[in-house]
Amino acid sequence: MADEHKDIDAVTGTATTGHDWDGIRELNTPLPRWWLWSFYACIIWAVGYWVVYPAWPLLTNSTQGITGWHARSAVVADLDALKAQRGPMVDKLNNASVAEIAKDPQLTDFARAVGRPAFADNCAPCHGAGGGGTKGYPNLNDDDWLWGGTLAAIEQTIRHGARSGDKDDHEGNMPAFGRDGILKAPQISAVADYVRSLSGLSTEPGIDLGIGKKVFADNCALCHGPDGKGNRELGAPNLTDKIWLYASDKETIMEGIRNGRGAVMPAWNGRLNESTIKALTVYVYSLGGGEK
Amino acid sequence: MTALEELVKQAQAELVAAPALVPEAEDDIPLYAPRRKIYPQSVAGRFRRIKWIVLAVTLGIYYLLPFVRWDRGPNAPSQAVLIDFGNSRFYFFFIELWPQEVYYLTGLLILAAIGLFLMNAVAGRIWCGYLCPQTVWTDLFFAIERLFEGDRREHMRADSQAMTANRLLRKAGKHFTWLMVAWWTGGAWVLYFADAPTLVKDLATGNAPFTAYLWIGILTFTTYTLAGHMREQVCLYMCPWPRIQAALTDEYALNVTYRYDRGEPRCSAKKSEQLRAQGQPAGDCVDCLQCVHVCPTGVDIRGGANLGCIQCGLCIDACDNVMSKLGRATGLIAYDTDVNIKQRMDGKEPFYKLIRMRTLLYAGVIAIAGGIMIFNLATRDSEGISVIHDRNPMFVRLSDGALRNGYTIRIVNKRLKYRDFMVAVDGLPSTLIDFVGLPPRNDGRQLITVGPDQTREVRVVVTDYATTPPAPSTTILFSLIDADTGEVAEMRDHFFGP
Repeated sequence: MADEHKDIDAVTGTATTGHDWDGIRELNTPLPRWWLWSFYACIIWAVGYWVVYPAWPLLTNSTQGITGWHARSAVVADLDALKAQRGPMVDKLNNASVAEIAKDPQLTDFARAVGRPAFADNCAPCHGAGGGGTKGYPNLNDDDWLWGGTLAAIEQTIRHGARSGDKDDHEGNMPAFGRDGILKAPQISAVADYVRSLSGLSTEPGIDLGIGKKVFADNCALCHGPDGKGNRELGAPNLTDKIWLYASDKETIMEGIRNGRGAVMPAWNGRLNESTIKALTVYVYSLGGGEK
Repeated sequence: MTALEELVKQAQAELVAAPALVPEAEDDIPLYAPRRKIYPQSVAGRFRRIKWIVLAVTLGIYYLLPFVRWDRGPNAPSQAVLIDFGNSRFYFFFIELWPQEVYYLTGLLILAAIGLFLMNAVAGRIWCGYLCPQTVWTDLFFAIERLFEGDRREHMRADSQAMTANRLLRKAGKHFTWLMVAWWTGGAWVLYFADAPTLVKDLATGNAPFTAYLWIGILTFTTYTLAGHMREQVCLYMCPWPRIQAALTDEYALNVTYRYDRGEPRCSAKKSEQLRAQGQPAGDCVDCLQCVHVCPTGVDIRGGANLGCIQCGLCIDACDNVMSKLGRATGLIAYDTDVNIKQRMDGKEPFYKLIRMRTLLYAGVIAIAGGIMIFNLATRDSEGISVIHDRNPMFVRLSDGALRNGYTIRIVNKRLKYRDFMVAVDGLPSTLIDFVGLPPRNDGRQLITVGPDQTREVRVVVTDYATTPPAPSTTILFSLIDADTGEVAEMRDHFFGP
């Protein structure tokens, strides 16, 4: 191999590697020695990591490092620091009523910021990421509120839920008129057509709405009101507006009359802390502006 | 003349004694080369003077700029140049930049790069030789070294002899002074990131944040290492610019050049006189090696333009001094072009061609990039609005059948005072805009107050009461209007329907 190194480049006086590619030769310029020492220093520095931080996997555990640093405990420490930083504002949330929060713009912004992730964690599975709702789960962005859309009403619903079993929850079921034999099929069909007519939807041609109206007055008006405007005490929806919790087609309406409805909203009192419940109230209220 | 001859003799002896890069045994090429220590000799002259002035000005700016005040009113810092990480702001005299305006930095980088190219096309490595921080600080550290350990010959002689107490003391003094300069460099660095007078007080009383001390430590270390110990190694091994520079120079560019047409063949002053008397060719170069000895990177300029040459011009000063002593014309080493050397060899007149395709192109790019930046800066908005449409639900049907879309808008107030804004929406025939949780003023207007130099997020719901159903998507225009001055900022978005 010795003769490979015989080539000395005439221009630079530097040795070449002896390789020749179509007349192009590679200079064998040596690296500076300080580079080598820097390289060794880096290796030694890297060994320091084994000593300081958790490093080598063992059979059941790993080497822990002399500082006791741990990724998980570092995150916990960061979260604690964040909590401490937010502490004063969270205290304000705890001590203020939702009405007071809504009057303070800074506190409202904070409550909305806290409420958004809390909504995503707890409410979004049913109500959708932005509170848009879906069939059977109310849209929280509109102006139609089953149990009331004021700050106080929203807070009450979040705390105690609907048909949740909580002692202060909202109660009221849509009976299964068909299944329980209260109404016959033609009556159900007639009243479904009448309900559609209340909000100006088309009905089957040539039908006598009077039959449905009679059925409605006898069976439905008790909860939904004689004019079908609903009753928030019982969570009975307004049947005259353009918003349908399930759907506005006749079949879906008849299905509700046959088998009843009774969707459950869980009670969050005790499951979520005070500040989170208040933050959620303010957040939900801000989605569509709620009711005054 | 005898003194000069002795100088030449000694220098040549040193050159022979210097360790060769290529070892004697051919099959024993080392993978790692030992450091060849460079002892640059001090030199006086035109370029040395320019370098001292540049050094004083640039270091003066660096160390003192943080203390320059600039009054911006009560709602902003009064430091002329400040990088305020805590509040995400950059202040430069009358300019204030927000994080989203970081593209100005891109513009600056473009200008810096093309500026470097232009410098290079006009007069070589001006940056490397005079302006680069590595050069400026190394130059300062060389001066300190000479102060303590003497000039080249004294220092070399001392290094070749055994250590004495006196020498140890001198070395200690040098390193201490280096460290003080380095520490001061780090100290000035952190002053750009906080109110300088306050930070100086805090640093002195030990109340400054840990990061300040940490960065002073880091900068002290890098300055001491790079300017005191690494020196020319930074230029030779670390810096990418010498490699790029080789591709950017051309035969018309002024470079520090050895005029081999005049200097070769080299021979001593006495011998050249003899040769010339006999009518034989003799160059002006007396091979005194002064150009090599003053070189801070240890380069022999007579080998032609090369990677190690930072073109500081000190060899020009050294050679001019020698030529003056010999009574010969100066400028054997000078800023010159390859083309002119060939011209002279052919007996033609030298010429300088400053305006070339290359320089025109660079100047054009600088003018365009600079013009765009200045235009942007001059017409920079004092306010801004960004709009994010709700993702879910895309639209909401209200109980009376109307359609509603929700938006989150962020209002930017770049003025240093409180401002009231109105927001209007255009593009739909019959809309109502409502700001959630924002009570109307006494006069019924819904004004959004945004603090000085701040942003504010507001939730907005837009309801369309048109009798005809709107299209699946309608383009609408949000206008942000300053309630006092009437200044307008606009943002397009969409109104969605079924």
